[in-house]
Amino acid sequence: MKKLMLGNEAIARGIYEAGVKVTSAYPGTPSTEISENVANYPEIYCEWAPNEKVAVEVAYGACVAGVRSMACMKHVGLNVAADPIYSASYSGVNAGMVVIVADDPGMHSSQNEQDTRLIARAAHVPCFDPSNSQECKDFMKIAYEISEKFDTPVIMRTTTRIAHARTVVELGERVELDIKDYNKNPKKYITMPANMIARHKFVEQREKDLAEYASTMEINKIEWNDRKIGVITSGAAYNYVKEAMPEASVLKLGLVYPMPRKLIEEFANGVEKLYIIEDMEPFYEDTIKSWGIDCSGKDKTGLQGELFERKLEEKFCGKENAGPMETKDIPVRPPVLCPGCPHRGLYYVLGKLKLTVCSDIGCYTLGALAPLSSVDTVLCMGASIGMAHGFEKARGKEQAKKTVAVLGDSTFCHSGMTGLLNMMYNQSWGTVIIADNSITGMTGHQPNPSTGFDIHGNPAPSIDLVKLCESMGIKNVRIVDPFNVKELEQVLREETAKDELSVVISRRPCALIVKQPNTPFACDKEKCRNCGMCMKIGCPAIIKTETGIRIDETQCVGCGLCKNVCPFGALDVK
Amino acid sequence: MFNIVIVGVGGQGTLLASKILGQLALENDYDVRVSEVHGMSQRGGSVVTYVRMSNDEKLYSTLVEQGQADVVLAFENLEALRALPYLKKDGTIIVNTQEILPMPVIVGATKYPEDCIDRVKAGANKVITIDATKIATECGTQKAANIVLLGVLAKTLPFTHEQWMDAIEKNVKPKFIEINKAAFDRGYNL
Repeated sequence: MKKLMLGNEAIARGIYEAGVKVTSAYPGTPSTEISENVANYPEIYCEWAPNEKVAVEVAYGACVAGVRSMACMKHVGLNVAADPIYSASYSGVNAGMVVIVADDPGMHSSQNEQDTRLIARAAHVPCFDPSNSQECKDFMKIAYEISEKFDTPVIMRTTTRIAHARTVVELGERVELDIKDYNKNPKKYITMPANMIARHKFVEQREKDLAEYASTMEINKIEWNDRKIGVITSGAAYNYVKEAMPEASVLKLGLVYPMPRKLIEEFANGVEKLYIIEDMEPFYEDTIKSWGIDCSGKDKTGLQGELFERKLEEKFCGKENAGPMETKDIPVRPPVLCPGCPHRGLYYVLGKLKLTVCSDIGCYTLGALAPLSSVDTVLCMGASIGMAHGFEKARGKEQAKKTVAVLGDSTFCHSGMTGLLNMMYNQSWGTVIIADNSITGMTGHQPNPSTGFDIHGNPAPSIDLVKLCESMGIKNVRIVDPFNVKELEQVLREETAKDELSVVISRRPCALIVKQPNTPFACDKEKCRNCGMCMKIGCPAIIKTETGIRIDETQCVGCGLCKNVCPFGALDVK
Repeated sequence: MFNIVIVGVGGQGTLLASKILGQLALENDYDVRVSEVHGMSQRGGSVVTYVRMSNDEKLYSTLVEQGQADVVLAFENLEALRALPYLKKDGTIIVNTQEILPMPVIVGATKYPEDCIDRVKAGANKVITIDATKIATECGTQKAANIVLLGVLAKTLPFTHEQWMDAIEKNVKPKFIEINKAAFDRGYNL
């Protein structure tokens, strides 16, 4: 049967067909839909973990225990999970384990353009790079075979244009595998130096064996054509090469690390001019050059941004620049906090109090944009707390009274808790605000330990954030509704003034999952004095016109935040 | 081969439109490529979805680029103007004449171009404008504006009315099927 499948959906199908039994993941664009689709197969145990490190450890435990397993994440999540992966590479597997990592060239929804292939090489684990949904599914099955044949974890690397593209997939059947025997094996599974010295030798040999094997794999294939120009490529870039340079000979890599040296040398010898066309880092190019083979690529495309057909036509085929893909001299449309978003009230108050705000990764990052403009720093998951503490230790206790950390409930569970523990232990006077909407918002409403249900929507225990903070020894823990802007302002004034650590839980559910009143507001022109207070909350439904304030009824969800900030009672239900 | 670019503002239902289109093409023996945007841009930002379908040439890329689109389906005026460079010389652009102000306009940092539609008309040979939001509201919900627009798009593609109805039925929640079929016909019979 043929089906049009998102790359992530096809990966989930591959996991199913490969007989995988345990998966664990933390959501992150563009990887999130993998687990959401795996959850539809009752044969597979599937969970959201609080972070990527935990997810990989769960998957690793499962594979050592004897079943095929999977963990998935976005590229920056791999940094969090790097610790177990580097060591699991030494210990190897029992049943197969695949870690799926989605890179984001062009930064559609990410904070950097890091290239997972570099980490695969550093950790000495094989890495695949599919070009369409069919390959997403097929490569998963090959990845498990490689994992078990060579006793290694495997990385399946995708990119946004593969993960989030729908192409046609031919479905197969699931293989049901028996649980493999688990036998205690300290020399393999206990990472003490004496054991791992021997395993490191194994890893070195394994990599050589894999490189030999790679030259024989069908997914590394030469498509001979005109031999004047040869291109080595993989993943999404392969698709653009085929469109832009249909005459060229192509070596398409499927297993991209370790690289198939014999095959590459054969290809290089068969063409007059060799181009290496790859998204992100010059990963193939640098290695191929180190073998003394003349080639080029990144000197033409640069590192930044994703590749596409017109770019290749211009850089490699001598065609004129096709111009911008979009009209440039018109207003941009950056993302905004949704109408009714609970974070809007919080950032309005933070801006009013002129605090230094160390924020974090999530929808609430958007509080950085005008007119709220209430964010000073965003680094990575959980960093808000550590950075606020660093501000205090650098500039003294008075700075602590002018600085807050802001992060969501999911980010707090992911990697904020340890930072808070550090603040408590090292006697901070700071204030941490947990923007608690009890869901992982930006990635599309995945449940987390604060939500109360699991990935299947079944009831699950939820963490009590107040008790958790109190159990750490924090005396000042308060809950506020961010739409009650007066109370929130008062609470923040009190807590930031204290000579002690405080936690403020700004609690209100995500506007997209709780039914909004949907009774549009209107502006009473007689009461409105055009003071502009309502414009400061940055609501997309409130528009300033020459004749005063107008509410766009197609946008307004009737949340009422504007009513709470208007000093003249001009804004109310129509 | 047909290249279609769907543009709009996050939350307008562009993803459902591309899903229906992809399904329709597959069921009628076309090879299909659909490229979507998830994540941050969905929160009220500009969104672009590409749909490619072919029953002759082989498809590789999931993107539609400068000068490659047979049709641009725009859910909003400013986004129509933004997407103009995608259009082939003889391509068609269908515009839902809705204005959604972006935040830089709302805060007064820049102005919404008043001549959006004029500029679109100056830059394209075939322009179809329609107030799909109003028509959808008349059908029962403004959320069906995407389906009204599919009804207009249907006139440019080689599928029958019956095939479209089938695709809508398979991709829309049962209780919304009738509203969406009515919305489709309003666009189709324009």
